[in-house]
Amino acid sequence: MPAPGFASSLDRRRFLTETARMAAGCAVAGTLLASFVSRAGALPATALRPPGALAEADFLAACSRCGLCVRDCPYDTLTLAVPGEDVAIGTPFFTAREIPCEMCEDIPCVAACPTGALDPGLTDIGDAKMGVAVLVDEEHCLNALGLRCDVCYRVCPVIDQAITLEMRHNPRSGHHAIFLPVVHAEFCTGCGKCEKSCVLPEATIKVLPLHLARGVASDHYRLGWEEMQDKGAPVVEGIVDLPDRLPGPGTDNLATPGGFAPEGAGDFAPAFKLPGGKP
Amino acid sequence: MSAPKGRLAAQKWLITRRLSQLGFLMLFLSGPWFGLWIAKGNLTGSVTLDVLPLSDPFVILQSLAAGHIPATTALIGAAIVTVTYALIGGRVYCSWVCPINPVTDVAHWAHRRLNLPKGWQPARTTRLWLMVTVLAVSAATGTVAWEFVNPISLLHRGLVFGIGFGWTFVLAVFLFDLFVSRHGWCGHLCPVGAFYGQIGRKPVLRVSARARAVCDDCMDCFTVCPEPQVLTPALRGATGSTPLILSRDCTNCGRCIDVCDLDVFRFTHRFDATPAPGRVASKSRLTEPQP
Repeated sequence: MPAPGFASSLDRRRFLTETARMAAGCAVAGTLLASFVSRAGALPATALRPPGALAEADFLAACSRCGLCVRDCPYDTLTLAVPGEDVAIGTPFFTAREIPCEMCEDIPCVAACPTGALDPGLTDIGDAKMGVAVLVDEEHCLNALGLRCDVCYRVCPVIDQAITLEMRHNPRSGHHAIFLPVVHAEFCTGCGKCEKSCVLPEATIKVLPLHLARGVASDHYRLGWEEMQDKGAPVVEGIVDLPDRLPGPGTDNLATPGGFAPEGAGDFAPAFKLPGGKP
Repeated sequence: MSAPKGRLAAQKWLITRRLSQLGFLMLFLSGPWFGLWIAKGNLTGSVTLDVLPLSDPFVILQSLAAGHIPATTALIGAAIVTVTYALIGGRVYCSWVCPINPVTDVAHWAHRRLNLPKGWQPARTTRLWLMVTVLAVSAATGTVAWEFVNPISLLHRGLVFGIGFGWTFVLAVFLFDLFVSRHGWCGHLCPVGAFYGQIGRKPVLRVSARARAVCDDCMDCFTVCPEPQVLTPALRGATGSTPLILSRDCTNCGRCIDVCDLDVFRFTHRFDATPAPGRVASKSRLTEPQP
């Protein structure tokens, strides 16, 4: 008895077999494509997306790989990934050590993007977050060794905000200073000029993607001193402020030898005395 | 066989088509090569003369499937492309614009010269299944999935922006069409062509077998047509049936017009109602007494 819609049970059988063959073939092809896509879609740490690029997962859904951002980049910073490179084929990226982003004020790459893969909401290049510079190797950084290179600091387009030089004691010589380059992620756009201009054969300061460069504080963390400043009150209302526990008698506190001696400690004597004889 | 046409006349549409393919490529290459910027970008998205945005609607559709709503410029560009191909025939993209077409055409030419067997012939609907699969993979992976492997954009972007190992994909398509499957890529598998075929279900521009009455069954058109299944209903139809090639698989390449010594075919529009009597059986060479 043939099923409705089919001339014979043989037709029905052929239809079902054909459909099953197609579906099976497509399942195989689709699985291969999906596994290739998920592998090829991983972005290496050295490849930076243009300013305003959506987060990588959203970017791969949005970018049509047309290359208009590449065409409108006045400094030839951006290129489209070709097969053989580790970046998703045809998507735009730049390598800071080769050609960094010059942070154009009119952001032509974002203006050129037809799909919104580069967020048109980015109107101030200072808000770009292409990555964050990290001083990855203090053992080789000339400034960290106590020399005055300062090049990364000088070339930074957001000098004294994104990179500052923090004066530290130089314990090696005992009487010199170290001017350590310190990156402040809040201001760093990830343009890569510091990495590009690091004078060493391999840069000691590198722009890394946000997810590698940054830790994340737990949602419930509150910094007491910031709360005090904002609210003028402790983070927990009605908190009992217990007296600070000061080092007491018997400790080896060199700053206040003898430490805190409560009333009625009697004839307690500290364990040792400073040279000069003061108690 | 009747008197053959002149060499040039027998290649008219082929030459026009090659010029068109080269022309579309040069629109993109004149900028990087000569500093004369006409079309910026590539076939997946472009701006012509700084005013006309165009986007590949299949890429935009994958983007939507992946969960991204494209910005207005891309949507407008995709709409312009869609409307254009809906009028002139979706698969006009395949034969007049797509840079892979010359590759598979050469493969087919060599395939014929070497007299190779037609090989693996999956159903013509396979490409529709693949098109749906591509959209499903886009949705599942959240990416514009086909653009990771699409030989069309690999070749076109490669020529305009630099190709890397992209040529291996193109070579693979060539070898596949040459040895594995006759008309295999464009005719059976390519999901992009399948998509454009869906856009152009009722195009205005069509080929008509208007003079089908004089057809002598030489089969040249069937040999050269990349989608020979579209010819039969028009060419072999009885008086009263339409001589128009209405199948959405037809790429409007015009090769049938070129190769037919009897000028059976011509370009026309789908509302063309010129009467076209069916063939008279005795005209067939198959039934003529052999000398």
